[in-house]
Amino acid sequence: MNENNNPIITTENLSKKFGDITAVNGLNLDVKQGEIFGLVGPDGAGKTTTIRMLVAIMLPTEGTASVTGYDTVKEAEAIKHRIGYMAQQFNLYSDLSVSENLNFFADIFAVRGKIRRERIDRLLNFARLTEFTDRRAGHLSGGMKKKLALACSLIHEPDILFLDEPTTGVDPVSRREFWDILANLHIQGVTILVSTPYMDEAERCSRVGLMYDGDIIECDTPENIKALIAGELLELKPVSESLRGVGLLRRAKQTVAPLDGVLEAQTFGDLLHIFVDNAGARQEAIVQALQTEGIRSQNLRQTRPRMEEAFISLVQRVKEAQLR
Amino acid sequence: MIRRTLSIMRKEFLHMFRDPRTLASLFLIPVLQLFLLGYAANTNVEHLQTAALDMDRSPRSRAILDAYQASNYFDVTYYPENQAELGELIDRGKARAGIIIPPGLGQDLEAGQSPEIAFIVDGSDPTIANTVFASAQSVGQAVSVDLIEELMNVDMENQPGLDVRPRVWYNPDMRSANFLVPGVVGMILQMLSMMMTAMAIVREREQGTIEQLIVTPIRSAELIVGKVMPYALIVFINVIGVLAIATFWFKVPIHGDVGLLLLLTAYAMISSLALGLLISTIAKSQQEAMLSTYFFMLPTIFLSGYLFPIDAMPKFLQFLSLFVPLRYLLVIIRGIILKGVSWELLAQEIVILGVFSVVILSLAAMRFHKRLE
Repeated sequence: MNENNNPIITTENLSKKFGDITAVNGLNLDVKQGEIFGLVGPDGAGKTTTIRMLVAIMLPTEGTASVTGYDTVKEAEAIKHRIGYMAQQFNLYSDLSVSENLNFFADIFAVRGKIRRERIDRLLNFARLTEFTDRRAGHLSGGMKKKLALACSLIHEPDILFLDEPTTGVDPVSRREFWDILANLHIQGVTILVSTPYMDEAERCSRVGLMYDGDIIECDTPENIKALIAGELLELKPVSESLRGVGLLRRAKQTVAPLDGVLEAQTFGDLLHIFVDNAGARQEAIVQALQTEGIRSQNLRQTRPRMEEAFISLVQRVKEAQLR
Repeated sequence: MIRRTLSIMRKEFLHMFRDPRTLASLFLIPVLQLFLLGYAANTNVEHLQTAALDMDRSPRSRAILDAYQASNYFDVTYYPENQAELGELIDRGKARAGIIIPPGLGQDLEAGQSPEIAFIVDGSDPTIANTVFASAQSVGQAVSVDLIEELMNVDMENQPGLDVRPRVWYNPDMRSANFLVPGVVGMILQMLSMMMTAMAIVREREQGTIEQLIVTPIRSAELIVGKVMPYALIVFINVIGVLAIATFWFKVPIHGDVGLLLLLTAYAMISSLALGLLISTIAKSQQEAMLSTYFFMLPTIFLSGYLFPIDAMPKFLQFLSLFVPLRYLLVIIRGIILKGVSWELLAQEIVILGVFSVVILSLAAMRFHKRLE
């Protein structure tokens, strides 16, 4: 892989306000050439606004951004030759067929003749849309729409690809397929900036920026981010005769939180995740404490912290800091 | 530059053909409007249902009624027995005019007196009432002249007196179709170009496809020209179609140069397309674009001279009409079709339309960005 240290995207104090609402708040970001950079965060964190400012279709309220060395405000058009962009919602022409959409964007990017034919064939092939060339884009499935949008954004072989939640609303098989395509592009040297709410996708990035409330609260490789959470992780499923659901989980969380050696407790589906300084030493006391509350600990096991836990823990810290 | 514009145009045509119902209505609306105005808005009064109360029943009174019947303006179809019955016929709208001939009219005439005939007109529609009134007068006058010649045995043609002979130029039969149908050309041109341009651009915004377009290196001018041209073409085909129907169906003669007419309508279209573009930079949805178009068209219909003469308007409305682009286009279209004037006589209108185009286009260009808000 041909990563190097030249930042191909940089932002300085990038901010965007819509009236009283601050969508992006003083963002500083460096994306290196050849990386897959993941912009990870919940809905409303400011991911879409950030990407729109980076692809030079939205003016920042404050701060600057440069992409491939060009300023996104003053030299917007120079950037547009070099980037591909896939918006979160389907933005192609539903009443045009797959091949009409591809040909249209080939026209716009002045991709012509033999090169165009070869490239469209290749893109159709790798998006597995070859047998659907005459189908109207509006009649494609969710996953196929996403792949067509990706193909259209690659028609001019951009240096950087901006993908805004490309797999939201896509079935798991198509999601995996989609990420395999991205991995291929990564090998070919394309820089990819992708936003996603899915933590498993974040793990496939070279680096991730955890975005919360309009700012990046942590930016590092997935490994380093996971390492940020102190302690070891115990997972268990609380079961009780008297309590159920959220009430049960809340009671279990409240019970273990004040115990010695417990750093943090998070609910995770119907499971409880407990970060402790030493799993072996604390396990016994935790099970005991829950038992006195009438809660049995099912499927107790020690596990590795994942991005999800790391993210929740980091957001928790920011929230606590804001309260203070 | 041209290639990208062409590819936008091709895409726009694809959208049109994929939506045949909208395309069909684009061609049906003008034709429908033309036929409605050509027929329904006819203010020429002919064969008006008329009730005659003849209380004289003499050869003279019958001759008078025959004269009215023969004029083609009036069809004497009801012969009520008394005034109350005549009143009811007009109240019910069965008769639009009434003639009352008093008893003893024949005798009075023989005796050298001037008896009066009552003529009742339904004034609910003043335009029709005016025409009816004028026709009634002129028929009455003609009958009167005949009577003088016969009863007094004089030859009116050899009597001294003023002979006013009105001569109507340009539209000698004074057919309202000749006046209204050329107006339809201007109206269609303005409304369709505005609405279709606004809708085509707003649709891209509404469906989010504009986002994918502005992230490409396409220039604003390429995008705008490419989006607007196909609709300009459709409007132009409509103009030609409407002109053809006007000429061959409504027999509205085109006195002037057809080439000049088409050239100037194409030229005037720029201001309408620019207005559509301006609306598209303001409206956020297709409904808003549609409403804004109507909002603009309503005063245009009333102030442009399309239906009502500007000269008859109060001074303030006349002033407002100066800012209605269609006003100038109508002068051009009617001038060429009805009067056959050359471009030199239309220079003022041509210049004013040019100013409109430049101003509106600049405003629209200032508001059109390759950015999201």
